[in-house]
Amino acid sequence: MPDETNTQAQRVRPLGTLANRTGFTSSSGRSAMAENASIAPVGTEGEFLAYRREGFRAAGEPVGTMPRPASVLGAATQAVSFVEGRNMAVLLDKIGERLAFERTGTRLYDTLLEKYETSGSYPGGPTREELEEIRDEEAEHFAMLARAVEQLDGDPTAVTPSADLAAVASSGLIQVLGDPRTRLGECLEAILIAELTDVDAWTGLAALAERLGHGELAASFRDAESEEEEHLDLVRTWVSARAELGGA
Amino acid sequence: MSLDILKEKGVPLDKQRFTWKELVQAPYSKLDDDAFTRVRVILMNGIESEANRFLHALARNVGALRREAALVRRVEQHQQTLVNWLNPPDQSVLETTIGFEQVAIEVTASVAQSEPDPYVAQVYRFGLLEDFDHLYRYSALMDRVEGKDANTLVQSYSDIRPGRPTKVEHRAPEDDLRRLYSRETASPLTKMNALTIMAGENQTHDYYMTVGPTFADPVARQLYAEIASIEEQHVTQYESILDPDESWLEKWLLHEANEVYNYWSCLRWEGDDRIKGIWQRFVDYELGQLHFVMDLYQRHEGRDPAELLPVTLPEPIEYRSQREFVRSVLETEVDYRAAGTEIGELEDSPATREYRDHVNSEGSPSEAVAAGWRWQPGTELHVARSAAR
Repeated sequence: MPDETNTQAQRVRPLGTLANRTGFTSSSGRSAMAENASIAPVGTEGEFLAYRREGFRAAGEPVGTMPRPASVLGAATQAVSFVEGRNMAVLLDKIGERLAFERTGTRLYDTLLEKYETSGSYPGGPTREELEEIRDEEAEHFAMLARAVEQLDGDPTAVTPSADLAAVASSGLIQVLGDPRTRLGECLEAILIAELTDVDAWTGLAALAERLGHGELAASFRDAESEEEEHLDLVRTWVSARAELGGA
Repeated sequence: MSLDILKEKGVPLDKQRFTWKELVQAPYSKLDDDAFTRVRVILMNGIESEANRFLHALARNVGALRREAALVRRVEQHQQTLVNWLNPPDQSVLETTIGFEQVAIEVTASVAQSEPDPYVAQVYRFGLLEDFDHLYRYSALMDRVEGKDANTLVQSYSDIRPGRPTKVEHRAPEDDLRRLYSRETASPLTKMNALTIMAGENQTHDYYMTVGPTFADPVARQLYAEIASIEEQHVTQYESILDPDESWLEKWLLHEANEVYNYWSCLRWEGDDRIKGIWQRFVDYELGQLHFVMDLYQRHEGRDPAELLPVTLPEPIEYRSQREFVRSVLETEVDYRAAGTEIGELEDSPATREYRDHVNSEGSPSEAVAAGWRWQPGTELHVARSAAR
């Protein structure tokens, strides 16, 4: 015969009730569970850290390298100066990162538009036109970056090492936005992460281009940076409006 | 130069050991390594997974061999770990999925061309066009939901275009069963090819069943549910080629020979020196396991394993693009259907039509995900920006 504690613990959650079960203080087995905290462990946290450090040291090769230039001519130009070649690789790597981010960002806004279509907005939240405008600007940024890579004799279809790591870092955004259970407001909180990253990344990219002597490119990147600042301001406004509503 | 598996004894079983750090080696690079390195790693994980599955089944059915099965299975377990853990952590589930479908396409295509039995070769060509379509659907998903280009993994070795539409691959179970080969007359290569492709598809099925629910996007969840169902059909299809009258020890012997053959094929084609070393180590381990089982076979069945095994291995599985072959099969056989054990320009059975109509009755994820999509370098968005200029 199951005891009352177990029966309560397994009761089916009525729809719409406050029922989060993850906390310790509200769990029915907390008294017994608390006893675990007084069991003396074997070993030390230091041993865990040391073992882990060994794993980090054993890394070997980096995640990947830059692709070869698109043309033989490009390869010859890169071979002229080691420093110039290295600088070009760094610039192309970071442009590649931005390119991938803007391309995925376009798809994230496509998803936001679908969320808007299915559940609408909220007071102080975005209009469809605003979401579409940001989406189109992300797509334009992607297009501009692809042209920039081509001008620098790179391959805009390649995944650069920085692009790869940025994709891993932002993979959670795709999961949050794509989840049918997340409302528009929750998705906008997630997209805020992307917009915050975007602004700083564009600032860094413009400075890098400028430093490496690509003034025209740097100017284009600063234009994109301005647009991203506007995106960020808008998203911040929507997120604040949601907070004032107590979470829409 | 081939390998004389009856003469080469490899490493004795009791010397086949690992430490945890040996099991977890640096992974291959998703960006820098050749796509066929990924293909080999994925396939060999499947081969080892089949070894584990088979040896558990053997232990449950042949009490007298359970100790020997446990000894070998422990090594297979650790081999599988070492191989599978070569997959890099920056390779997402969907990216690995692209790798799985490329395995199915390129390895099945290679095997279909080397297969001496024309009926069995037809079965491989039939399945190949279905996995080929899966690559297209998953690539569309990757583009539209994540804004990524599947060709960064495929590396232009395999076409990304529609095959036999996934929507029509759904068949009643009885239409997935093929004619089995005869253990008496089938060539060793026929038997090994069947084991290889069955293992690959079983692992693909298991992978999709595990990872499908980790996706949030509803189209992704449904697409994995749909394609996982086809992969179960494929496992049924390929497993039905095997003769169930083979004794357990015959099957074990063939498994081990096939593992030698597969690692040896990997070794012959591998371009990454470090990973080549792993393939060599495991050729030697599998030879040791093969000779262990040859001894069991002789003692328990009183038969000479040389009657069952090839003296020298056949030509290795070819790890290179089979594009032209796949295109030619696509052109001539994309509309083929399977009814009962037969494949060709056939009508679907009433049972298949009814089953398919029902599963597709609320929509088709595979049709939806790729509606209006075709592969473009750098994704649909790359082309859209070119059009806008």
